[in-house]
Amino acid sequence: MGLLSKKDANLILDPLADNNPITIQVLGICSALAITAELEASIVMSVAVVFVLGVGNVVISLMRNIIPSKIRIIVQLIVVATLVIMVDQVLKAFSYELSQKLGAFIGLIITNCIIMGRFEAFALANGPWKSFLDGIGNALGYGVILIIVGFFRELLGSGTLLGYSVLGDSIAKTGLYATGYENNGFMIIPPAALIVVGIIIWVQRSKNPALVEEN
Amino acid sequence: MGLKGKLHEIKQKYKGKKMAPAFNAIHTFLFTPDETTHSGSHVRAADDLKRTMNTVIMALVPVLVFSIFNAGYQHYSALNGFPEQFSLMEHFLTWKNAWIGIIKILPLLAVSYGVGLLVEFIFAVIKGHEVEEGYLVTGILVPLIVPIDTPLWMLAVAVIFGVVIGKEVFGGTGMNILNPALTIRAFLFFAYPTWMSGDKVWVYEARERSEAILAGATNIDAISGETVLGYLAQNKGAEMAAKYDVWDMFYGFIPGSVGETPTLLILLGGLFLIFSKIASWRIMLSAVLGSLVMGLIFNQVVDMGWITETSKFYGLMSFEFWQHLLVGGLAFGIVYMATDPVTGSQTNRGKWIYGFLIGFLSVMIRVFNPAYPEGVFLAILLMNVFAPTIDHYVLRGNVKRRMKRLQNAVIHPKDTDGKAAELQAETV
Repeated sequence: MGLLSKKDANLILDPLADNNPITIQVLGICSALAITAELEASIVMSVAVVFVLGVGNVVISLMRNIIPSKIRIIVQLIVVATLVIMVDQVLKAFSYELSQKLGAFIGLIITNCIIMGRFEAFALANGPWKSFLDGIGNALGYGVILIIVGFFRELLGSGTLLGYSVLGDSIAKTGLYATGYENNGFMIIPPAALIVVGIIIWVQRSKNPALVEEN
Repeated sequence: MGLKGKLHEIKQKYKGKKMAPAFNAIHTFLFTPDETTHSGSHVRAADDLKRTMNTVIMALVPVLVFSIFNAGYQHYSALNGFPEQFSLMEHFLTWKNAWIGIIKILPLLAVSYGVGLLVEFIFAVIKGHEVEEGYLVTGILVPLIVPIDTPLWMLAVAVIFGVVIGKEVFGGTGMNILNPALTIRAFLFFAYPTWMSGDKVWVYEARERSEAILAGATNIDAISGETVLGYLAQNKGAEMAAKYDVWDMFYGFIPGSVGETPTLLILLGGLFLIFSKIASWRIMLSAVLGSLVMGLIFNQVVDMGWITETSKFYGLMSFEFWQHLLVGGLAFGIVYMATDPVTGSQTNRGKWIYGFLIGFLSVMIRVFNPAYPEGVFLAILLMNVFAPTIDHYVLRGNVKRRMKRLQNAVIHPKDTDGKAAELQAETV
């Protein structure tokens, strides 16, 4: 017996792989393209979404029986907006540089399809504990992809990870750069994220052919 | 027993084995396969995909040979000054020139074919189909459209990217949306811009020498190999005109990507492709027209006085409209890339639109692109994306026209058994 029952554990584990919000449901692509040029930004974004979706799902789930269904979208928006502003203020207070770098994208978590999608599809119909697990699971599934994409884009595009040079100094030509290696400028621009996400989808579906859609 | 027989034996031996496609591809490379066709026996044409590809390669060989000599010619004339009295045998077709071409261009060619075919072979073995011929042309196009000093590892990375992302993910030869050679060129351009633009990449050793001079070396001469378009983009038209005349541009004695300069040979290659019915004359002609129209518009803008010499667009806009065809990669792109039967439009009317827009956009991007005064590869890739849409609307238009004709047709009054109505339903 673990901490979670099997059903509950699946709520967290499913979105990490076989029901991933980015690679299977293809939601939340915009931020995945925009902020994954650096690993640090990807990690902060993932943490922010874990917080917003985890807490937001619980709040919506607690209120699910008193929200009039005609105005439920507005209520959901208010809940997300409150949480996102909290994240934004915390970032501004404790990590101003990072909040400048992420810029509008923290605010744009509001429009992240994953969040409204989970509110609508899960929190409105399930209890708070289950909703919490579902929120954490989906946000982690989103975060995992962001971090993988961020890892490859920063490594290949800038030769660094979390800001530390790992391939050597590109200006002084040390390490790998001494052999003539150069950073790949293509990885810095957003289209590269689309291709990296595409490759992840390709790898995932060739490992698990059950995920391939029928034409 | 000849080579062909030996290959045939190997083929029989390994039939059905995993590595079979790799042998089969070599076996039928330049030989006629000794088996009858499996399907479509009503098709009587003698050409197959391999012969089509080989014809294009034949049209490219003169360009390749020229580029080998031009590599050396550009290097030595940038060092020693351009000869006043140009003599082909004395200055161009020399061993000295060819040697530089051989040591620089043949490795590019080898890497392009080696890496590209390796990727194709791996995919064929994994997916269990025969090796497709698609890379044969791409492999020779790629070294011709990159700067001469492109490092080999960069080319290898780009080729892997181009073949996998540009072609294999869509299902291999015949299924790709984008021209693989141009995907490779675009990848290089966006990934390693400092190696793909500027005045130090087009002539052999220009970059090496400028780096050495920066590092403090004093006993070597710098080489500046600005392209014609590069001069114009910096409003240095007069300087350019003093160095190269129109005939230099037409014959190709100018710096540029390895094989894009010899307009005359490209023209001959284009005619060869048209007469062998491999490439579409509609696309070529309409692309030429499109670039002329755009060039004329820009010339007109300058003539009207809307743009003055202080404008950063003056150099390129005032360039004689027809000379756009002689410089940069426009002619090469129109003849060898835009006419790709897979990624271009399929319908005749679609080909006119597709080609026209390629020429039109190429010259437009050339003038307005602030980073790089060339846009042929971008224009062709963009139109590759739109080609299916163009074809769709051409087809819809055709259906609509015929529907209208059918509606206006007088149905014979005696037709009571409903045959006409049936016919109408079928046509719809």
